[in-house]
Amino acid sequence: MKRIQLGPFNRVEGDLEVNLEVEGGHVVSAQVNSPLFRGFEQVLIGRLPEDALTIVPRICGICSVAQSAAAATALADLAGITPPPNGLLAQRLIQATENLADHLTHFYLFFMPDFARSVYAGRDWYAPVAARFMAVKGKAAGDVLQARARFFNLIGFLAGRWPHTLALQPGGSTKAMTPAERIRVLALLREFRAFLENVLLGDTLEAFSALDSEQALLAWAAGRNADFPLFLHAAGDLALERTGRAADRFLSYGAYGLFASGLWQPDAPPAKLDATKITEDTRHAWLADSEPLPPARGETVVNAEKAGAYTWCKSPRYAGQVVETGALARQVVAGNRLARDLVERHGASVTARVVARMIELAGVLPAMEQWVRDLVPGDPFCLPAPLPESGEGIGLVEAARGSLGHWLSVKRGHIERYQIIAPTTWNFSPRDRENQPGPLEQALVGLPAGDGTLPTVQHVVRSFDPCMVCTVH
Amino acid sequence: MKVLWLQSAGCGGCTQSMLCAAPRPLFDELRDAGIEFLWHPALALESGEEALAILEECAAGRLAFDVLCVEGAMLRGPNGSGKFHLMAGDGRPLTEWVERLARQARWVFAIGSCTAYGGLSASTPGNPLEACGLQYDTDTPGGLLGAAFQSSGGLPVVNIAGCPTHPGWVVDTLEKLALEGLNASDLDEFGRPLLYADQLVHHGCARNEFYEFKASAQKHSDLGCLMENLGCKGTQAHADCNLRPWNGSGSCLRGGFACIACTEPGFESPGHAFQQTPKVAGIPIGLPTDMPKAWFVALAALSKSATPKRVRDNSVVDHPVVRPTVKKGVK
Ligand code: SF4
Ligand code: SF4
Repeated sequence: MKRIQLGPFNRVEGDLEVNLEVEGGHVVSAQVNSPLFRGFEQVLIGRLPEDALTIVPRICGICSVAQSAAAATALADLAGITPPPNGLLAQRLIQATENLADHLTHFYLFFMPDFARSVYAGRDWYAPVAARFMAVKGKAAGDVLQARARFFNLIGFLAGRWPHTLALQPGGSTKAMTPAERIRVLALLREFRAFLENVLLGDTLEAFSALDSEQALLAWAAGRNADFPLFLHAAGDLALERTGRAADRFLSYGAYGLFASGLWQPDAPPAKLDATKITEDTRHAWLADSEPLPPARGETVVNAEKAGAYTWCKSPRYAGQVVETGALARQVVAGNRLARDLVERHGASVTARVVARMIELAGVLPAMEQWVRDLVPGDPFCLPAPLPESGEGIGLVEAARGSLGHWLSVKRGHIERYQIIAPTTWNFSPRDRENQPGPLEQALVGLPAGDGTLPTVQHVVRSFDPCMVCTVH
Repeated sequence: MKVLWLQSAGCGGCTQSMLCAAPRPLFDELRDAGIEFLWHPALALESGEEALAILEECAAGRLAFDVLCVEGAMLRGPNGSGKFHLMAGDGRPLTEWVERLARQARWVFAIGSCTAYGGLSASTPGNPLEACGLQYDTDTPGGLLGAAFQSSGGLPVVNIAGCPTHPGWVVDTLEKLALEGLNASDLDEFGRPLLYADQLVHHGCARNEFYEFKASAQKHSDLGCLMENLGCKGTQAHADCNLRPWNGSGSCLRGGFACIACTEPGFESPGHAFQQTPKVAGIPIGLPTDMPKAWFVALAALSKSATPKRVRDNSVVDHPVVRPTVKKGVK
């Protein structure tokens, strides 16, 4: 038995270390560690509830809008109000911009550079992949940075700036769009569409969205000259559609009124979301031990010397079980046929997780175009949302990486408790008190590791698109 | 010019923001200015042992580099152990790496307000994280490297403050350094580059006409000036946010929300609600720093009484309801 410690695991958001036990060249057990603690749940205690809107985006620089949306939703829940139609559309547009930009950043800047590693030299796909995706130097880097920066101009119009906007409020959005801005935003969406169609997919978004099975996907990709088909070619060669399976139990809180919420697993009927089944366990975290608690009663108390602990990440569980969250989970729960087919054939995998992000890029952009058309300039974007002196609120949203929940309680006008479960907290959770490993810990078992092996572990870790700064708040 | 980048207890937002550099893609822009990343945690290919080897070569003085950029607060806790942030794969505190690398760097840049002054991590009551900035503990000189620190290039830490920092502030400071160097006279009292910090957010704000007449927004999404009621500190915050737009044409104020002065030390604990203006006897405290209070009060009263109907009516709605008058028959 050999122990391998991997870190710094860069090209993820934040800090990650992976410890592997390897036997005969394969992983027999994995521990996933977040060696950073930020403690935002404590920063929030005692503050005014509306201050959460300023503080929580700063949990994460890559999904700050998602954090902000969760807080705004929790405060709206506390206030018992719903934003007006324009406000909801604006919130959706702002969230979708960030989520799609995240998918793009992940694919081009975080995930694909591993395929340009020299161990793959000699594969028939290596030369074009290295030319496109080499870290920083690859040709695709310039293309994608340009497309990404231009796409974020939407946020300039809709939310002032990115990251860390304060535009999302419990009552809607602080920025009422003018008729002129509406036209400009549509033009920006067309520009982003052109990038996705010409550079990423090599086909129209609608044609890609129509693919309904693995077979159809592979037939579509064959001979197609664009970045995502190039990945599919490499992934097929490396059998990544059968690599990186976790628990095959998928959670989604639902997004944009477009994708349903729920729990899905093979060989069982889809289940409705029941948020009361969510608990967090701290057994293997450097946090005081307690029974698994629902987040509305959760605690985050540091115990840096705790025996048996190996991370700052808690273990969220749904009905006591390990679940995966993210774009694949969202699409499987929502019933996307291509995502379901991939999972039913092989279980969750590196390929399926990447394909799911493409499904969202192709499917959400046309929805955004429609939301912009649906805006009615002149109608209100934001309603006043007076908050009660005491009460509780829950905000469940989907970040790019999966289900994000905020639970807050307020007493005498100040925040009494604030608990956050981020997507990567689910996916990169450590073992719980029943000794069940988290999703990534499961997905790494069986992979080749050690000297001279392919970077399969890297592909699997990054297929989840981890965000460690969210995880450790 | 070689840049080594580290991330500590921050949100990664300053890097994410920097990737939005415009009009040219960041990597092209930097390459053509002769600037390259020796290693960057979000962008570099090398991870694990390869990455640690690069850092160790630099820290030991065997591999030369020019600028150490650090993003995120320094966590010294618990009990001075640095355990709240250990280098992955290495087990040593990030604070130790930063101290070693800062001694070898010709210049040290704090990227963002967390790194410069401690940021939100330092604002937990009692600061259990023992968080601080590189050379400041909020607005007090000190921090991890000490008040007297100078890098071998002869400058204290350059504080490219902002939460997050604007891509242009980082790129322009790096390019200025590459082009002709940086001097102490290029920095303000808090170590911020004057190229963006000798302006106020208030400069060029699209709401300036409303400000002139103290025609103030009453609630979120109103068009009026956000200073009187909604917490705007644009008249006190050092940054060029309304002259150098964010994300194409944005800014906090254009987005309809207050400037919370994110480039100032201690912005994260203002002592009042972020989006409300504290007042004494109906008069906002925290008035523009370079204006006597009595004058401000007198002028505000006068300008309020002279506010045109268009400005007054438009200030409390989310889209203009009175258009600027069109004069007919003027020759
Ligand atoms: S909103 Fe703020 S920055 Fe804009 S004019 Fe008013 S005080 Fe100045
Ligand atoms: S307007 Fe104020 S809060 Fe907004 S980015 Fe500029 S300095 Fe920071």
